[in-house]
Amino acid sequence: MISIEVLFTQLPGLRPQDLERWIVNDWVRPDGAPGAYLFQDIDVARVRLIQELRDEMKVDEDALPIVLSLLDQLYALRRQIRDLGAALDRTVSEDVRRSLVAHLTQRH
Amino acid sequence: MDDPYQTLGVPRDASPEDIRRAYLKLAKEHHPDLNPGNATAEARFKTVAAANDLLSDPETRGRFDRGEIDAAGQERRRPRPSYRDYAEAEPGRRYDRDGRKQDGPRQSRWSAEAIHEMFGTMFTDDGQPGGDSPRRGQDEQYTLAADFLDAVNGATRRLTLPGGRTLDVQIPPGTANGQVLRLRGQGRASPNGGPDGDALIEIQVGSHKYFTRDGQDIRLVLPVTLSEAVLGGMVEVPTPGGPVRMRVPPHADSGTELRLRGRGVSAHRGRAAGDLYATLRVVLGTPDAALEAFLGTWKPEHPADPRQGMEASS
Repeated sequence: MISIEVLFTQLPGLRPQDLERWIVNDWVRPDGAPGAYLFQDIDVARVRLIQELRDEMKVDEDALPIVLSLLDQLYALRRQIRDLGAALDRTVSEDVRRSLVAHLTQRH
Repeated sequence: MDDPYQTLGVPRDASPEDIRRAYLKLAKEHHPDLNPGNATAEARFKTVAAANDLLSDPETRGRFDRGEIDAAGQERRRPRPSYRDYAEAEPGRRYDRDGRKQDGPRQSRWSAEAIHEMFGTMFTDDGQPGGDSPRRGQDEQYTLAADFLDAVNGATRRLTLPGGRTLDVQIPPGTANGQVLRLRGQGRASPNGGPDGDALIEIQVGSHKYFTRDGQDIRLVLPVTLSEAVLGGMVEVPTPGGPVRMRVPPHADSGTELRLRGRGVSAHRGRAAGDLYATLRVVLGTPDAALEAFLGTWKPEHPADPRQGMEASS
């Protein structure tokens, strides 16, 4: 957890008014209240991601919500798949796992 | 971890060029490819590379100089984690659609709804969360081959299941190819006292020598003799319900389509009976001397070329 001041030292080039807007838009979700925000590692990485999308990949800020929403859905899905894999790993016998892998890797 | 300046053998105020030159010299000296099997050289090479990583970047060199980071910290420095590294792991839940709610008591990552949305009824019964409540047995799928006429008229056929059990399947009249019949309670037993699953039986309708099916209608090609076509007359037509007499009008021809109303698939489940369409095909039969003699002298009243306007390109 870092404060907004530390965040600005870690991300040179980040303008306070941009960050403020991103938080208002709910694109970045720090803990704490305005004036006393606390950023987790994922928040820092997300601010960086938004910067890269906007500045390097030239994604317009108008288009950012949909890009972020799609990314969030994708990662939510990947976490679910990971959970499913872990659940299968814990609950399913070795031969079921083997036949599952065989089935999935089979050429169609 | 040594001081990176010492590692490279340069003073603290060395210029970037000095650092680069020192690094290249040491890197060449200790490069693993030039010292195969020499673990010391390899370790030394890594140290040199790490020191160069730190000092060749003005930003990290500045932070090291200011004491914000130490050389050991840099040694452990991995490639900067990408957003994905967090998003795919547990912290990523923060940015789920309902991520704001996570301040409350920690919810399970999988709601029954989420499971159902993703996997249908694979893990839940008809969308109801499984839990310990009695679950319905699984449905079982079978196929049953039916004769064309059995499917049209309806029939009862016995299906022998794997394991020797038999099921008497009532094929309703008008069953279409691929139609699935559901036999309630004939599937797998419930694992925990719930209702039995259903047997789902796909009917594969065979073909018929003469008839084809077109929904509720039946079609067939009906051969007629030359005189039946020219002069007309009563002919017998096979239908799914048995032979029926039909009048062929005079001046019929090959391709003339005649309809027998209500002689297709019989009425069922509120659907009206279909019709039977007979497409005539004139059959000349065995050679006939009289016919040949007649045609040899025959002058048609209205000579016509049936191939008029026929072109391969049109």
